[in-house]
Amino acid sequence: MTSPAVSQARSSTDEPVLLDVSGLTVTFGGVTAVGGLSFDVHEGEVLSVIGPNGAGKTSAFNCITGFYKPTAGRIRFAGADITGKRPALIAARGVARTFQNLRLFGELSVLDNVRAGMHVRIRQNAFDAVLHTPRYRRSEQAATDEANRWLDFVGAAGNRGAEVRNLPYGEQRRVEIARALAREPKMLLLDEPAAGLNHGEKAALLDLLRRISGLGTAVVLIEHDMGLVMEVSERIVVLNFGKEIADGTPEQIRADPAVIEAYLGSDDAEAEQEAERIAGSSGAQAHEDPTADAASQEEDR
Amino acid sequence: MSDEPLRGSTPEDPSGFVRAVDERGAATVGTVGGGLTPTGRKGGNPVSRVVGHPLFGWLVIAVAVALPFVNSSAYAIRISTDALIFIMLAVGLNVVVGYCGLLDLGYAAFFAIGAYTSGVLSTTFGWPILATIPFVVIAAVIGGLLIGGPTLRLRSDYLAIVTLGFGEIIRITANNLDFTGGPNGVFGIPDFGDFGLRSDIATYWVVVVVVGLAVLASSRLGRGRLGRAWRFVREDEDAAEAMGIHTYKVKFAAYVTGAIFGGLAGVLFAVHQTAISPPSFNFLWSALILMAVVLGGMGSTPGVVIGAIIISLLPELLRGAENWRYLIFGVLLIVVMIFRPQGIWPHRVEEKPDRGRRRRSSPEPEEVAR
Ligand SMILES: Nc1ncnc2c1ncn2[C@@H]1O[C@H](COP(=O)(O)OP(=O)(O)O)[C@@H](O)[C@H]1O
Ligand SMILES: [Mg+2]
Repeated sequence: MTSPAVSQARSSTDEPVLLDVSGLTVTFGGVTAVGGLSFDVHEGEVLSVIGPNGAGKTSAFNCITGFYKPTAGRIRFAGADITGKRPALIAARGVARTFQNLRLFGELSVLDNVRAGMHVRIRQNAFDAVLHTPRYRRSEQAATDEANRWLDFVGAAGNRGAEVRNLPYGEQRRVEIARALAREPKMLLLDEPAAGLNHGEKAALLDLLRRISGLGTAVVLIEHDMGLVMEVSERIVVLNFGKEIADGTPEQIRADPAVIEAYLGSDDAEAEQEAERIAGSSGAQAHEDPTADAASQEEDR
Repeated sequence: MSDEPLRGSTPEDPSGFVRAVDERGAATVGTVGGGLTPTGRKGGNPVSRVVGHPLFGWLVIAVAVALPFVNSSAYAIRISTDALIFIMLAVGLNVVVGYCGLLDLGYAAFFAIGAYTSGVLSTTFGWPILATIPFVVIAAVIGGLLIGGPTLRLRSDYLAIVTLGFGEIIRITANNLDFTGGPNGVFGIPDFGDFGLRSDIATYWVVVVVVGLAVLASSRLGRGRLGRAWRFVREDEDAAEAMGIHTYKVKFAAYVTGAIFGGLAGVLFAVHQTAISPPSFNFLWSALILMAVVLGGMGSTPGVVIGAIIISLLPELLRGAENWRYLIFGVLLIVVMIFRPQGIWPHRVEEKPDRGRRRRSSPEPEEVAR
């Protein structure tokens, strides 16, 4: 396992830019969810996007992955303009994502869910399937083997042949990540992957994020768990009311008064405490109130 | 489908990415619990074990082939042919509704398109039935394009309404055009050919073969790559898109596949009936086919076949009840749906979790557990 020190030393900000978001704006009626957001992601980088609920993090993800059409702005990925393109096309270019609320194929098996990720790479047509040609058998076997490998990779326990909706919540989260990884993405967007996980599961997630990063995939993480964010991120972008208010290394973000302000309001005494929390001290889990999480998930896709 | 492989690797030829995964190995958490939960009991109760057995399908086909030797009365042959054609319609609609989750309320339209295309070409132009088949397929695909093209972009509720209208439009059009024979329809439709057998029995055997192949094809389609894409779309369109699956094309493929099945079933129907007219394709047909799919179990081939047999034969078996038979029929269906909303033989999701891991040399936890 990569130690934090090692992952920090290998700076991905020297790598070429993979995702370039400039002036991204999304409005819903009168509400500006994202207002002129600009940031970039380098190849192989681990970047976190943080900010209070309603800051526009998920909306920005939805624009990058094609689910929302931006009102203004440009998104370039791997050198190509993907602004307003169909989600399937963006995914085929190498962007994979998970959803803030799990979006698994509930009535399908765990293996089938992961096979979805490799769908565009499976070489087989309808005639192969009807005639059970050798190519069909080979590609199905290969897909099953690979699905099992990804499930091993994310550490999925439980029955892989059973309906995914019957798995415990934490397991389902892992399967969703396995499905996204099976897309073999250049960039993986994770929307609050730690929400609803217990302490042990969060530790396993941290380990998993490091191993994903070790594959060379860029990881963009929306997360409220500051302990996790500070531990794993090379760079952090902070959003508030749809605007970027800070962008820097975890150390810079910790020390940034604008961030503290955005999170906590202007009360100085409280700000001190919360600053410590952002710094990842022992109180880090305290604000992970499960009901608050559930409420914040309600409004997102 | 369309999706060009931008990452360039196929599962057969592991990319650097996959190799990296192999090198880095599995999560430690994974190997501890991986696949430990036993799938347990095979199938459950004895009935499901019999019906679920692969040989069961062959047994059904053997019984179907042998029927004329057991009972060759014109009545038995007629209702059996009807039932088989109905099975074909049901497995075709199952692709659309069961696999892909698209509600089609006018499926009889494709049935009509097939029957009329074949009927008109074979009577007015004197073509042999076999020669009409390519044109039936073309006509069905065109029908699918016209209806599916615009509506499949919308949410599925629109599809239900549009297809409902389409079913009626096709019937009313056939009623009003001259070349379709207007209200009189088309008659004198020829047989598949002279096999030196009683013609209804010859037709019956052709139908057995065609329907048998159709059932097999739809079942296998459902399990392959395209079939999985259909199910992904049914379960969650957005998540499917996020995996690079062009959901519009996938829905389109389902709709057109269903259209082809319906069209070919129409050919069988035209030959079997020798005469067709607009009332043969009213909304009741679309409703009954849908009922067969829902009753049997959406997305489950054995279920849908059972559903189709029940829907087509039950009114015959209830003939003794005279005028009450449709009431009893309706009540029975309601009772079944109350007690088994998932259908008589729902699709089984369970697959052997260790499939494909056999080749690995390291002992798997579940093998150890056995
Ligand atoms: N589909 C939508 N329709 C209307 N408003 C939306 C939609 N999606 C997001 N919003 C609004 O945009 C704002 C930002 O939401 P979101 O991007 O989910 O924030 P975050 O993920 O940072 O919590 C919120 O005010 C939310 O209500
Ligand atoms: Mg959100």
